[in-house]
Amino acid sequence: MSIASFAMPPVAATVATDHSRLNEKIVIRDLDFHYGEVRALKSVSLPLYANRATAFIGPSGCGKSTLLRVLNRMYDLYPNQRATGEVLFDGDNILAPGIDLNLLRARIGMVFQKPTPFPMTIYENIAFGIRLYEKLSKSELDGRVERALRRAALWDEVKDKLSASGLSLSGGQQQRLCIARAVALRPEVILFDEPCSALDPISTARIEELIDELKDTYMIVIVTHNMQQAARVSDFTAFMYLGELIEFGATAGIFTSPRDPRTQDYITGRFG
Amino acid sequence: MNAIYQRRRRRNTIAIGAAIAATAIGLGWLALVLGGLFWHGLDGLSLRVFVEMTPPPGASGGLRNAVVGSLIMTGMAIMFGTPVGILAGTYMSEYGRHDRLTSVVRFINDILLSAPSIVIGLFVYEVMVRPMGHFSGISGAVALAIIVIPVVVRTTEDMLRLVPNSMREAAAAMGLPRSHVFRHISFRAARAGVVTGVLLAVARISGETAPLLFTALNNQFGSININAPMASLPAVIFQFALSPYADWQKLAWTGALIITLAVLALSIAARLIAAPRKNS
Repeated sequence: MSIASFAMPPVAATVATDHSRLNEKIVIRDLDFHYGEVRALKSVSLPLYANRATAFIGPSGCGKSTLLRVLNRMYDLYPNQRATGEVLFDGDNILAPGIDLNLLRARIGMVFQKPTPFPMTIYENIAFGIRLYEKLSKSELDGRVERALRRAALWDEVKDKLSASGLSLSGGQQQRLCIARAVALRPEVILFDEPCSALDPISTARIEELIDELKDTYMIVIVTHNMQQAARVSDFTAFMYLGELIEFGATAGIFTSPRDPRTQDYITGRFG
Repeated sequence: MNAIYQRRRRRNTIAIGAAIAATAIGLGWLALVLGGLFWHGLDGLSLRVFVEMTPPPGASGGLRNAVVGSLIMTGMAIMFGTPVGILAGTYMSEYGRHDRLTSVVRFINDILLSAPSIVIGLFVYEVMVRPMGHFSGISGAVALAIIVIPVVVRTTEDMLRLVPNSMREAAAAMGLPRSHVFRHISFRAARAGVVTGVLLAVARISGETAPLLFTALNNQFGSININAPMASLPAVIFQFALSPYADWQKLAWTGALIITLAVLALSIAARLIAAPRKNS
């Protein structure tokens, strides 16, 4: 089956929301990814829209995390991993040589599966990243830290212990700290790599709520194993299988009337 | 009770008994050594030992020049060796993790780590003492530094490798340049371990005798000139312990006790630093 069979943007036609406001912030074209000799992504093409949440779903090993890690070029940290094709971010190909990776990653934030607070205070966890890009007075910095923590719905819980270690927080709080840390850098896009898979249901619900709010300001891309989660938080869903993009479209459409039998089998729990 | 269970219990008792006996034998020797040191060295331990010079036979004196020499050479060795060791370990863990160079350096470092110290003494004798034409404190410090480097390289690399890669990824995902990642994130997480490594290196070199005999030699005067032969506790202990004079032998015991206590203090400090802090 060929990905080219869904010309772009046919998916937009199924979107219930106002089409004219859909803005292709990131366009992925013919993306191939190799871990050494293993081809993990096969000619993947899809658009990602500004101010929308897009979920990547699919069984383990289908390439959804790999695809996410191409968007901020995380794979660059490791040898023998390479991506070919095009990923246009506001029109610039981020796979092109000469792209400033640090700047790219400041514009595209990421939240990981396991919460990764840095071994420093709660305040420093957030201030640290801001200081890297901006020179602010103490009071401005305090304001930014507070806003980021409020944005991540963590402020009320930590406002009295900003100088406690970030590692002293619970798992769910740590994950919200990581979201605050990403938000503090004022990115345009936030990538979530299974952000709730290490959390309990209550923490999960809070994070999902938060993602829903963040969507107003940022473009969200979320990888998830949990199909209900994809259905709850995303506007668009991409179903991947064995390195191929099988189906991409408005979430409501994917979950109610999938066009590909494999998508149908996966979302009804027949495999994966 | 069935027979199989009974037999298992008996075996368990025997195994525990054997383990306790082995531990007792090991610790017993340690206790004997420490006991001997305290027995012979403790009554010689007084302030006088630290303020008076090593005496000629038959006169009274202390170990000031030896203590001072040891402190100077150990301090310099740590000053030379630690930066090199930490930088090399950092390269191996943070930059060259997938490089061939790293495996080669690690292999060579392990050889250096287990090289007999007398070989290092001879090496420094050849490359420094002979060209300079005389023994010197500085060459002693260099010999000790060569012993420090592999210890620090090893612990730095090991400790940095314990920092979870997810932490590095998270930092990189914020757009932190690699130098920031290890200076502000990896080092912060591994600091206690790296400091412990340095303290263990100090403990290791404070008792080294062989490399100093070929380099700093000894000096019965209170010289702090690093370009001249310099006294050190191990060298003085070696000389005094083999002498026929009772008061020299007594000072040798006291010197041995001082080194042991210093190493003990360092080990305890290393443990306290490395102990996980509460609520983190």
